[in-house]
Amino acid sequence: MGDGVGLRLDEAFRRHGPEALATLIRLTGDFDLAEEGLQEAFAAATLAWAEAPPANPRAWLITVGRRRALDQLRRRIAFRARRDALEAVAGIERQAIPDEADDTAFGDDDLLRLIFTCCHPALALEAQVALTLRTVCGLATAAVARAFLVAEETMAQRLVRAKAKIRAAGIPYRTPPRELLAERTDGVLAVIYLVFTEAYAGEPGRSLAGEAIGLARRLDALLPARGAIQGLLALMLLHEARRPARHDAAGDIVLLEDQDRGLWDRAMIAEGLALVAPALTADSPPSPYAVQAAIAALHDEAATAADTDWRQIVALYAVLMRLAPSPVIELNHAAALAMVDGPASALQRVDALAARGALAGYDVLPAVRADLLRRLGRCAEAREAYEDALRLARHDPERRYFTRRLAELSVSP
Amino acid sequence: MQYMLLIYTVEGDDEAQPGSIMEEFGAFTQGIVQSGAFKAADRLKPVATATTVRVRDGKTLNTDGPFAETREQLGGYYLVEAKDLDEAVAIAAKIPSARYGSVEVRPVWAMG
Repeated sequence: MGDGVGLRLDEAFRRHGPEALATLIRLTGDFDLAEEGLQEAFAAATLAWAEAPPANPRAWLITVGRRRALDQLRRRIAFRARRDALEAVAGIERQAIPDEADDTAFGDDDLLRLIFTCCHPALALEAQVALTLRTVCGLATAAVARAFLVAEETMAQRLVRAKAKIRAAGIPYRTPPRELLAERTDGVLAVIYLVFTEAYAGEPGRSLAGEAIGLARRLDALLPARGAIQGLLALMLLHEARRPARHDAAGDIVLLEDQDRGLWDRAMIAEGLALVAPALTADSPPSPYAVQAAIAALHDEAATAADTDWRQIVALYAVLMRLAPSPVIELNHAAALAMVDGPASALQRVDALAARGALAGYDVLPAVRADLLRRLGRCAEAREAYEDALRLARHDPERRYFTRRLAELSVSP
Repeated sequence: MQYMLLIYTVEGDDEAQPGSIMEEFGAFTQGIVQSGAFKAADRLKPVATATTVRVRDGKTLNTDGPFAETREQLGGYYLVEAKDLDEAVAIAAKIPSARYGSVEVRPVWAMG
């Protein structure tokens, strides 16, 4: 088989795999059986599609995967006369088979069911993230493990336990009813945002930001005009757009104010900006994600750092503090205030925040303090604060950045 | 599927609630009896009367006291019929002491 065909198959599996899996899980009522069926369908497809791919690849994968799942169950019956397998066969045969001619059948609804099931609050958050990346995004277990810096075996165990809990505890395979939908959607968004932020902090080669954005786009298409979904999608796009400018050639951090704005991804910014207004007005009060997206938009819209509309950013942080108060938002609010009122009053706020101890262990707090102290000319204290930040930094680029700042402070008295 | 709703509270908190709490329990119980979800329920005696049973190497060990080493103690349970975990959790959340204690929802093996 030529490489061209192989690439086409990979692309088709990647595109249709998650949807086919979602439907197979519903048909079989069993994550593992569905995965096995789909794997066999992929294997069959590499032969069958070499000549000509079917008109509807998703339905083809579902039909073959379902047949292989049934074969698998029948083998279990033959060897062990398993009554539960007999019941499972009867259960699958009662379900309607998707029509190969109808591309809209099942796929979308089943993908939503799969997303909500993987992000069910009865599963631990880390299990939700792992299961979502593995089944909804179709990432290999090894890739999921790498992204979260755990051994592949550990990740495999986490996935096995999560699937066992779904089965044993009776977690329903469904899109939640209206009274639960908003709350459960927030749960899904928390998972997506975690994938995005972990990828954001991680090493460049290990990025999952694209997966997070892809998930949010799919969710936005399946549940349109929801402020929280649009807001998170916009927020991620408006941050991700700056990725090319965020590190220099040596991999060192470039601060927002120093970034080459010509490197920012304009298409991504346009997509994000178009979502901000509808996200802000969809609900009253707006989703915190929408407000954070509006803040990111103000940065992205400024032609130069000096053009940034800090007054409006401060006002939006004040809104955010009312909607979703948190020490991290308070810290960002203080940092933005420094750009309007100067560093002295901002430092008071940051010191008060530090005294409360809510952000102990968070390197950004001493980093913000250090910057304010530096701007006030209090160099010795600034140095101490950068040393605190250096101790707390979790990643090499941050460590190198704080070390650089310390060196600069040692040179200029 | 059947679910057992195990009620955890800090001992004495039941008594520290307003007198109407017992009426609330009564109303909750009546509600799920009428809806058909109710299977059985009991209030347990204080934790001082508890015994934890463990089996090690085929031998049964009896230990005085509760299994959980937290401030909260098992104080009762409801056994309910629910079509899935979401429904069981929704019922559990209506138990009055879910507000000042916690309720463990555990699926029950179907017999036979």
